[in-house]
Amino acid sequence: MWVYAVLLIGLVLLVGPFLWMVASSVKTSAELHHVPPTWIPQTFTLDNYTTIFTKLNFPQYFVNSVIVATIVVASNLLFCSMIGYALAKLRFRGKSAVFLIVLATIMVPQTVYLVPLFVLMSNLGFVNSYAGLILPFAAQAFGVFLMRQFIQGIPDELLEAARMDGAGEFTVFRRVVLPLLGAPLATLGILTFLGSWNNFLWPLIIATSDSMYTLPVAVATFSIGQNAIDYGMLMAGSVVLIAPVLLVFLLLQRFVQQGIATTGLKG
Amino acid sequence: MSAQQALVASVPRARPAARRGWLKEALTGWAFSAPFLLIFLAFLALPILASAILSFTDFSLGNLVDPFSAHFIGLGNYARLLHDPNFLQAALTTTIFVVFGTVLNLAVGLAAAVALNRGISRFRAVFRVGYYLPVVSSIVAIAVIWRFLFNTDFGLVNGLLHTFGIAGPDWLGNPTLAVGIIVALMVWRNFGNAMIIFLAGLQGIPNDLYEAARIDGANRWQEFRSITLPMLKPTTLLLTVVTTIGFLQVFEEPFVMTQGGPLNKTRPISMYVYQQGFNFFHQGYASAMAYTLFVVIAAVTLIQFRLLRSDT
Repeated sequence: MWVYAVLLIGLVLLVGPFLWMVASSVKTSAELHHVPPTWIPQTFTLDNYTTIFTKLNFPQYFVNSVIVATIVVASNLLFCSMIGYALAKLRFRGKSAVFLIVLATIMVPQTVYLVPLFVLMSNLGFVNSYAGLILPFAAQAFGVFLMRQFIQGIPDELLEAARMDGAGEFTVFRRVVLPLLGAPLATLGILTFLGSWNNFLWPLIIATSDSMYTLPVAVATFSIGQNAIDYGMLMAGSVVLIAPVLLVFLLLQRFVQQGIATTGLKG
Repeated sequence: MSAQQALVASVPRARPAARRGWLKEALTGWAFSAPFLLIFLAFLALPILASAILSFTDFSLGNLVDPFSAHFIGLGNYARLLHDPNFLQAALTTTIFVVFGTVLNLAVGLAAAVALNRGISRFRAVFRVGYYLPVVSSIVAIAVIWRFLFNTDFGLVNGLLHTFGIAGPDWLGNPTLAVGIIVALMVWRNFGNAMIIFLAGLQGIPNDLYEAARIDGANRWQEFRSITLPMLKPTTLLLTVVTTIGFLQVFEEPFVMTQGGPLNKTRPISMYVYQQGFNFFHQGYASAMAYTLFVVIAAVTLIQFRLLRSDT
């Protein structure tokens, strides 16, 4: 019985801050600064949300985050499954070298390539652009690893049968392999979405003006520095930032947790 | 003429056909790999290599337009690191984050996994999901929430202390407390990951072992010590590697919570790299620091995998 008690305390400590965030986002400024704090808002107000959406340009940040995440997810699903197919089922020279190089970079921390990547982007004119936000994440090594593992499990006979019928490699890939990749593609898609939506350090560097901020950059920027905005608006911004991923996670948590458990990746 | 060549020569028609098939397959292989490789090489592999070169130069703001106008200064940046008190402080801070963070992260993750796996049968899904919520949430948002909770004047924590008549401390203004809170935040956010991987590991332990132990009269603690822990060794080592690598790179938590203060005591290496590279525009120096971090990560990983191999 004590196990339940300890687990329940743990759950309160973990979910509590989220509830506190939601409660605080609908309080008035006066109530936020009240000592001792109130749990349930005395006067319910949506002012914080109205302000961040009308005066602070949150619609733009939200759209930026959606655009970046959508393209990053789509390109990873397509490109990783393609190279995964090549590495798993096609014979060509240099194949193992390609796989080794891709694998080796999984361990390289982002900090290592931030500076040259920025130099490269600034010479390409991609600073403060969608291209700059998207390209470094459009082809991620982790996805290659995941896709190759799953595609190796597909029986060769299945592919041979299609080739006998005269199908070219691209048709084999599109008609035979892709339809069998439902679960791994869902896993990769969700993990990539979460990674992109929550990504902070690179967008902080490459988005140099307000119009290119993604949600995490906007929330962080408004929370620190001389012009820090108040906690009511910050909590509303945090709700806007967290709500979509919580929704995705609650609907599809089976894929997320399976993906983590099978790959052991994702620090 | 060798036997093989003789064999090939004896079937003249088969060979060109097979060769064409081989070439076609190779071209298809490269064609399928090309879209990924082009982006990957240009925006990941190339910058990783370039960073090594950059770290031997005096690259700074003025060289941004013409990267080739920077000068090679050999190991100058690396020598400077050893005498930079700010870097040494950042290295110390990173070490504290990694050591305390990793140990606590694994301990809490394992405890939660064991409790969920054997302690309870009902509501397991609820706890699994609840404990995992922070892992998928944005660290930036969570750090902002935590900063509010630990706000000295009107934060929830001091508010609760106030109702018990205790005057709460200035949590994030005190270097020691601030380091502690950042470690707690790292563990709070990440232990769900360790929990999920431990749960998968626990499910791989055959039940017969526990039944045999129970027949021998072992209690819960003895079962844990002599069955669960040894069987989880590979999982634990994998998690140690992954967690260490993750925490060596910690950035968001201190950046949003304290901006590295007070007295730069909460500034890890990655934040100092960011500041040198993008606030002070000493890109060469920042690259040397980043590569030093990378070498440490590689070394730590290698050592941990050695341990993994010799122990299992």
